[in-house]
Amino acid sequence: MAVPEKPILYSYFRSSCSWRVRIALALKGIDYDIIPINLIKDGGQQLAIIEYLEETRPTPIRLLPQDPKKRASVRMISDIIASGIQPLQNLSVLKKMGQETQLTWARAVINSGFGALEHVLQSTAGKYCVGDEISMADICLVPQVANAERFKVDFSPYPTISRINKTLLTMEAFQVSHPSRQPDTPPELRA
Amino acid sequence: MQAGKPILYSYFRSSCSWRVRIALALKGIDYDIIPINLIKDGGQQFTREFQTLSPMNQVPVLKIDDVTLAQSLAIIEYLEETRPTPIRLLPQDPKKRASVRMISDIIASGIQPLQNLSVLKKMGQETQLTWARAVINSGFGALEHVLQSTAGKYCVGDEISMADICLVPQVANAERFKVDFSPYPTISRINKTLLTMEAFQVSHPSRQPDTPPELRA
Repeated sequence: MAVPEKPILYSYFRSSCSWRVRIALALKGIDYDIIPINLIKDGGQQLAIIEYLEETRPTPIRLLPQDPKKRASVRMISDIIASGIQPLQNLSVLKKMGQETQLTWARAVINSGFGALEHVLQSTAGKYCVGDEISMADICLVPQVANAERFKVDFSPYPTISRINKTLLTMEAFQVSHPSRQPDTPPELRA
Repeated sequence: MQAGKPILYSYFRSSCSWRVRIALALKGIDYDIIPINLIKDGGQQFTREFQTLSPMNQVPVLKIDDVTLAQSLAIIEYLEETRPTPIRLLPQDPKKRASVRMISDIIASGIQPLQNLSVLKKMGQETQLTWARAVINSGFGALEHVLQSTAGKYCVGDEISMADICLVPQVANAERFKVDFSPYPTISRINKTLLTMEAFQVSHPSRQPDTPPELRA
């Protein structure tokens, strides 16, 4: 039998979309090679990758709960971030906004989305975004919070988002995959 | 309204609402519509009443099985998991499922949000059309390319899927923005095939309870 090849991830250290996939690979204990890319294609397809990893590699941990209603909550939160926030403040959109409007636009988009998310989390969150099991929703949350911090968003209206983010960042999968620790991280940004 | 029937909060012209209407039709699920007009009265999606259902102030929202679901793809996946008959909306093979989800994500994350009503409002009247076309052309270019390797009769092989459900409403949006379809023969062909199906017709924006008379089929 041929030795299965290591998966290859095309990744940009700072891309929140790449980071989501890196977290998922770390949680699943999947060893992989990175080919750094310096262009940022639109980020719309990594949820498909995460769902594929979930379906083909159910161990060591699940990224979606078993119950369909909880799965719907996980996907809803993931979509709020991956469709409702991230695409509207990604690099190519910001470039079209122009230098002066960029920051205001990004903050408005993030505040609008985080406001909704904080509200949703009131009914879904336990230790993590949905109950007490880590999920794809948490995988989407952390990179988006990092984006928000780069745009200097004020987090006082988002205590639940802040709490969950803090908890997640203590986990190894979120640390090894962090933008500050990638092969293509510039020296000045390295952890 | 009949007790226990699912309720869909929908706007006739919203492509995201249309996706869920198609899925409900394909699954043979009977439901009631509560129309939410995104433009009238400053936008009915902003009423406090609706906001408790949808913190994002967006349609569609589906009330079903004693839960309130938002985000069209999350809703469709829920319908798929809880109602596997009469037809599947995702294939069994994980790699084909990934293709279906990837195509759905290209549309639902990569195109639609960038040209939806609230973003266009922020663009301002003069830039709106150029912006919408640029976003759609960029996304459709990528999609046409992906379909070269995935498409059969439909977006992924010869079975209808969530990808097809996302495609048709986005094509309708593109037509409203007068996008030129000559670079997208595969998208055009698949769209044409899908529009002959009943589920895509009964759910069409021109046939909804809130369709204005002048746009009615």
